[in-house]
Amino acid sequence: MSFLSSVYAYLYYFAAFVLIAGLIAKIVQYARTPAPLKIPTTPAPTTRSGVAFRITREVVFFESLFRGNKWIWIFGWMFHFGLFLVTLRHLRYFVDPVPAPLQFIQPFGVYGGIAMVIGLAGLWARRLLVDRVRYITSLSDHLILGLLVAIGLSGLMMRFVLHTDVVRVKEFFQGLYVGQINQLPADPFLLLHLFLVAALMIIFPYSKLLHMPGLFFSPTRNQVDNPREKRHIAPWAQRMEQEQEAQ
Amino acid sequence: MAKADFQVPELKQYAEIPTIEPGVMAHSAPFKSKEEFQGALGFPGTLVDDWQPKAIAKMGDLLSRYRSLRVYMDSCVKCGSCTDKCHYYLGTKDPKNMPVGRQDLMRKVYRRYFTLAGRFFPKLVGAEDFTEEVLDDWYSYFHQCSQCRRCSVFCPYGIDTAEISMAAREIMDSIGVGQKYCNEIIGKVYKIGNNLGLPGPALADTLEGLEEDVFDDTGVEVKYPLDQEGAEILLVTPSADFFAEPHVDGLIGYGKVFHEAGVSWTLSTHASEAANFGMFIGSYENMRRVAMRIREAAIKLKVKRIVFGECGHAWRVAYSFLNTLAGPWDFLDPRYPVPQHICEFTYGLIQEGKLRFDKTQNDDMVLTYHDSCNVARASRMGDRPGGQFDIPRAIIRATCNHFYDMDEETIRDRTFCCGGGGGLLTDDLMEIRVKGAQPRVEALNNVMQEKGVTHMAAICAICKSQFTKVLPYYGMEMDQIVSVHQLVSNALVLTGQADDDEEDTVEDEAA
Repeated sequence: MSFLSSVYAYLYYFAAFVLIAGLIAKIVQYARTPAPLKIPTTPAPTTRSGVAFRITREVVFFESLFRGNKWIWIFGWMFHFGLFLVTLRHLRYFVDPVPAPLQFIQPFGVYGGIAMVIGLAGLWARRLLVDRVRYITSLSDHLILGLLVAIGLSGLMMRFVLHTDVVRVKEFFQGLYVGQINQLPADPFLLLHLFLVAALMIIFPYSKLLHMPGLFFSPTRNQVDNPREKRHIAPWAQRMEQEQEAQ
Repeated sequence: MAKADFQVPELKQYAEIPTIEPGVMAHSAPFKSKEEFQGALGFPGTLVDDWQPKAIAKMGDLLSRYRSLRVYMDSCVKCGSCTDKCHYYLGTKDPKNMPVGRQDLMRKVYRRYFTLAGRFFPKLVGAEDFTEEVLDDWYSYFHQCSQCRRCSVFCPYGIDTAEISMAAREIMDSIGVGQKYCNEIIGKVYKIGNNLGLPGPALADTLEGLEEDVFDDTGVEVKYPLDQEGAEILLVTPSADFFAEPHVDGLIGYGKVFHEAGVSWTLSTHASEAANFGMFIGSYENMRRVAMRIREAAIKLKVKRIVFGECGHAWRVAYSFLNTLAGPWDFLDPRYPVPQHICEFTYGLIQEGKLRFDKTQNDDMVLTYHDSCNVARASRMGDRPGGQFDIPRAIIRATCNHFYDMDEETIRDRTFCCGGGGGLLTDDLMEIRVKGAQPRVEALNNVMQEKGVTHMAAICAICKSQFTKVLPYYGMEMDQIVSVHQLVSNALVLTGQADDDEEDTVEDEAA
């Protein structure tokens, strides 16, 4: 069994590296690419704090999506908020001791897991039932939905049907911090669940899951509407001007 | 009713989302640019031999220079929120006219050459080689986007298809596949000074004619100056204002407002064009070259302020980009924003009580207002967000007795494009223009039925030209579209104006 534990240990080292390094690389790339023109979708906030408030509304409430399509909003928001609660619930495996707020959130994490799967089912149904959405769906969109649903269902199975030894699961992950490979319980749902989560971590920086950092870098959402008051110019545009003036 | 060799969409009482009909608009493509037009803009004259690697290299270049393009290529999750938001999709049913469908034409190429997943598993993520068929699709469908940004309002990540269609056009121009309409026009601006190719003497002639008309009409000597050095204000307006109906009535209105304000102003032959088609083709360099003419004119004429006339995308370039492209404007009067919109100017005077209106002069019309896309979603007026919606409406309400808005879903930042923006205002794209106008005309039709609206006011030269041309296809009259400053012009009572029922008051004031 220790072979399997080793495989999972290295899988998680790899997955964590890919996720973190990949995301950092993408974020650096986004941050270093200039936005040469002021293109906020107006009406837009005229101050930085206004922009922070706009982005917060997008992140927390999916404001634009709410205006765009109520069905996608309901299912999408259910899924994401559920996933958020589930993530909070799972933090108990990664911190020790578990702080009081995390202990308090535990039962809500379970509701979150259910909401997440229902939300995903709704989003998947739209891909099959609405002709416009079916047209834009590619195989990878189905696979990512399948992956997330399988993660949710395998997790719920462990909560409601076949329990696993969560104490040993926590020991396994705590051990990874110090390069020590502890025995992982050999429960099929646990192994499936962990394998799929690692897969999700690995594809994250190489797929449409980049929408998460993307939102923060979207010029139509993160720019202040003040072009007349403040001159905005990209470094490459500045160089171009200087070259033309020199001629 | 205008004759069409295609099916004009039906106007319904309630907006309907059509079922997709793939490929129905694949045949629609504008005339290609010729060598003579391409060269002036710095583009190859015809399709270059090794176009594919060159196009991919250009895409890489743009990805490194435009954060919007980079982030938007990655971020789409195909949620579907935008799928029913584009007027061209609603009017044509072609799924490649859904914003995401249009973006995917570029995204599949991006994925193939710039992402790991697309390089190794193209089928899985819908990545495709940049083939000649794909290039044809690009030319066709990136010229069925008016860059109106309606999709970006509803996208949870703010993905703006306009950014993508601009980049696509820039890539195509760089390999010698340009659009005749836009590129020929930009060439005219470089050569003559405006989109319509009106030379200075013709402008002078027109303006003189306007002075005579206004004098005959009102008995007041309102001036329409050209190239007048030392004037306070440089007015930059779309060249359509110089002769076409209803545009010219707007220009008459600007002149009357300046006259009443008692401020000196001038037009410029060098910058006799507010429009900047450099934006439509996504070319920063060309957009800057066109914008620099305004700076040059402002310096030469020693003006203190710059005011823009009624033009939608011109106001986007003016408000959002002019400071970037041709600034800083530190040689102008710092008490005023640079530039100002003529509506801001007129509204300011109304607020100060400096304009007197006889609203009954517009009583033959029941009005509604069309928010032009670039003004609504890419600019602002006044000092508060949303001023671009409120200020033109306030002007209409100050000058007209009868005004009703169209359905909330179709105005303000959810306004539908007229169907002719983004470089599509050309006869070789008539089918897409008529079909793309359907959502707006439908909303107009409904408010005509329900409120008895007779006319629609707008502040964009493209909207005005487009509606003049397409309204007849829907059984409406071409003169149902009017300029906002045409309404101002009709109702404005000039100081000293010989007007029967106003004579006494005017005399009182004079005394």
